[in-house]
Amino acid sequence: MPKNEIINIQNLYRTFQVGSETVNALNGVSFNIFEGEFVSIMGTSGSGKSTLLNILGCLDRPTSGEYYINGTAVSGLSKNQLSTIRNRKIGFVFQNYNLLARTSAIDNVQLPLLYNADIPMKERRERAIAALEAVRLADRMNHAPSQLSGGQQQRVAIARALVNDPVIILADEATGNLDTRTSYEIMTLFQELHAKGKTIAFVTHEPDIATFTTRTIKLRDGSIVLDQAIEQQSAAAALAQYEQNLTHTAI
Amino acid sequence: MNIIDLIKIAITALLRNKSRAFLTMLGIIIGIASVIVMVSLGKSSTLSVRTQLSSMGSNMIMIMPSRQMRGGVNMGNSNAKSLENKDYKSIAENTKYVAHVSPSVSSAAQLVYGSNNHPGSLQGVASSYLEIRKYELEDGIMFTDDQVKKYAKVCVIGKTIVDNLFTNGENPIGQTIRCGQVPMKVIGVLKSKGQNQMGQDQDDIVLAPYTTIQKRFLGISHFNMLFASATSEEESEMAATEITYILRSNHHIKSGAEDDFDIRTQEELLSTMSSITQLLTILLTAIAAISLIVGGIGIMNIMYVTVTERTREIGLRMAIGAQNRDVLYQFLSESVILSLIGGIIGIVFGIIIAYIATKLLNWPFVISQSAIFISFGVCAATGVFFGWYPARSAANLDPITALRYE
Repeated sequence: MPKNEIINIQNLYRTFQVGSETVNALNGVSFNIFEGEFVSIMGTSGSGKSTLLNILGCLDRPTSGEYYINGTAVSGLSKNQLSTIRNRKIGFVFQNYNLLARTSAIDNVQLPLLYNADIPMKERRERAIAALEAVRLADRMNHAPSQLSGGQQQRVAIARALVNDPVIILADEATGNLDTRTSYEIMTLFQELHAKGKTIAFVTHEPDIATFTTRTIKLRDGSIVLDQAIEQQSAAAALAQYEQNLTHTAI
Repeated sequence: MNIIDLIKIAITALLRNKSRAFLTMLGIIIGIASVIVMVSLGKSSTLSVRTQLSSMGSNMIMIMPSRQMRGGVNMGNSNAKSLENKDYKSIAENTKYVAHVSPSVSSAAQLVYGSNNHPGSLQGVASSYLEIRKYELEDGIMFTDDQVKKYAKVCVIGKTIVDNLFTNGENPIGQTIRCGQVPMKVIGVLKSKGQNQMGQDQDDIVLAPYTTIQKRFLGISHFNMLFASATSEEESEMAATEITYILRSNHHIKSGAEDDFDIRTQEELLSTMSSITQLLTILLTAIAAISLIVGGIGIMNIMYVTVTERTREIGLRMAIGAQNRDVLYQFLSESVILSLIGGIIGIVFGIIIAYIATKLLNWPFVISQSAIFISFGVCAATGVFFGWYPARSAANLDPITALRYE
């Protein structure tokens, strides 16, 4: 059965003008992501992965090349049209969660729906609760971010990414601020979402986190050096192993 | 984003920094309150001037001799002898728009009754004077034309005189008081009128027949002034024209030559007084408006701080789909709500202060509805005007940079 093409980029270039120098952050990158894939995008800092993520997330536009998201050509769109694409088709998860301070979890999750006129006000809350249930945080929906642990905050952020039912979730170093154990928990959650059919692109520089995905794209100096399917490890198993090791060490 | 969301977000954001929001509002509160107070007090003072002047007789006309120039020296008008009995008679008989006319001669004398004495100003007038100046009798009667003819030694006195001479509470009617060397019988007491606009006590007065003052006190045959009243306020100007015509012909003034008398209608005085209070109102309101501008700048300042503080939030909102317009409206609604709440508080305070002030000054209390509506509009405009640049700078942020802002 042919799968839907979610992301299709062809020969993508992005150059920055730094003083008199021209820096090529992306040098002709091409790949596709199909529905239901869990892709990790890896690379060291300066490899161009942040630039790629900004373009994938419609926050930035390529200098040249084609980008289709779910069949829509992004290159020619205006700033406002890009906002709409981000709102309807993309769910962002950031390294530092980016939750609104002193705002309850449920209000944080509802935020993207505020900018979607198609969703009536009374439906917002239901959808936010459903999203919080998906990340198993419905019991904390009235807590402010400061009352939640880092892992819980990231789960609220993931719920916020889910609430608009996007075609792809873009995670930018989503486990970067978390300890190993919580990282495994978050990766378990991503794997659950993937199992339910969500398409996920996960930017990371940690190789062991990348093993929990189904495919790895490696960037270096603005070009793809590796793009291959990998054997997915279970994050839940890794978590269990980690706990066991901890117990052994304690004994 | 719909309007309910906008208002909700703005109020939540303002409530997070209650004291800051309040201090920012304070500028607007003070500005609006002072505008309301100034406009209200200006209106009250104009109204109070108007009522006081019309209590003096709104259709009153004063005729006095003009200044006498002798060899280039201004002799003033007190010694002029141009107004005579003939003028009084012809104004009384030959006019259509003049209702009443009365001569006026003044003298001063020490008033004595029993062991009390008081410096009194004597006004020699005709009986129609009461009508012209809107004096009323509290007790007794006014002197008659017959008494005027006979230089009768009778007088009608004001409340201040009664209080100073008849300290034992005797009934002054029928008593004889001594005015200088002349004994005068009190036949009437005037109702109190209080102070006039200039702060003069209008009850410190002794009215006597003008003939009595002329013959027995001054030994003159001319008048110091003539008082007249027009048939109505609107006809004051017509009456003044008539009087001018009569006096010019009586005084044989050739056409083209200047009048040897001055005519003042109450209407002129009224408009002079009103224009002074209006000018003051405009000036004070302008000063108050400046404080409103200062308040607006305060809002602008705080909105810039808010935008900088919330750069990450703006970045996030943009990343999850807020358009430039949404961000612009979000911050604009915050500044408009800030200034509108400040404006409402300012209007309430302004009305309270104006109310207390008018009570203390004993002025009529008037709320200027137009001032309230205009203030409200100005507040909204201030919020939009001073909130616009900070809000636009927020809307123009680049989401990538804003998200990374520390």
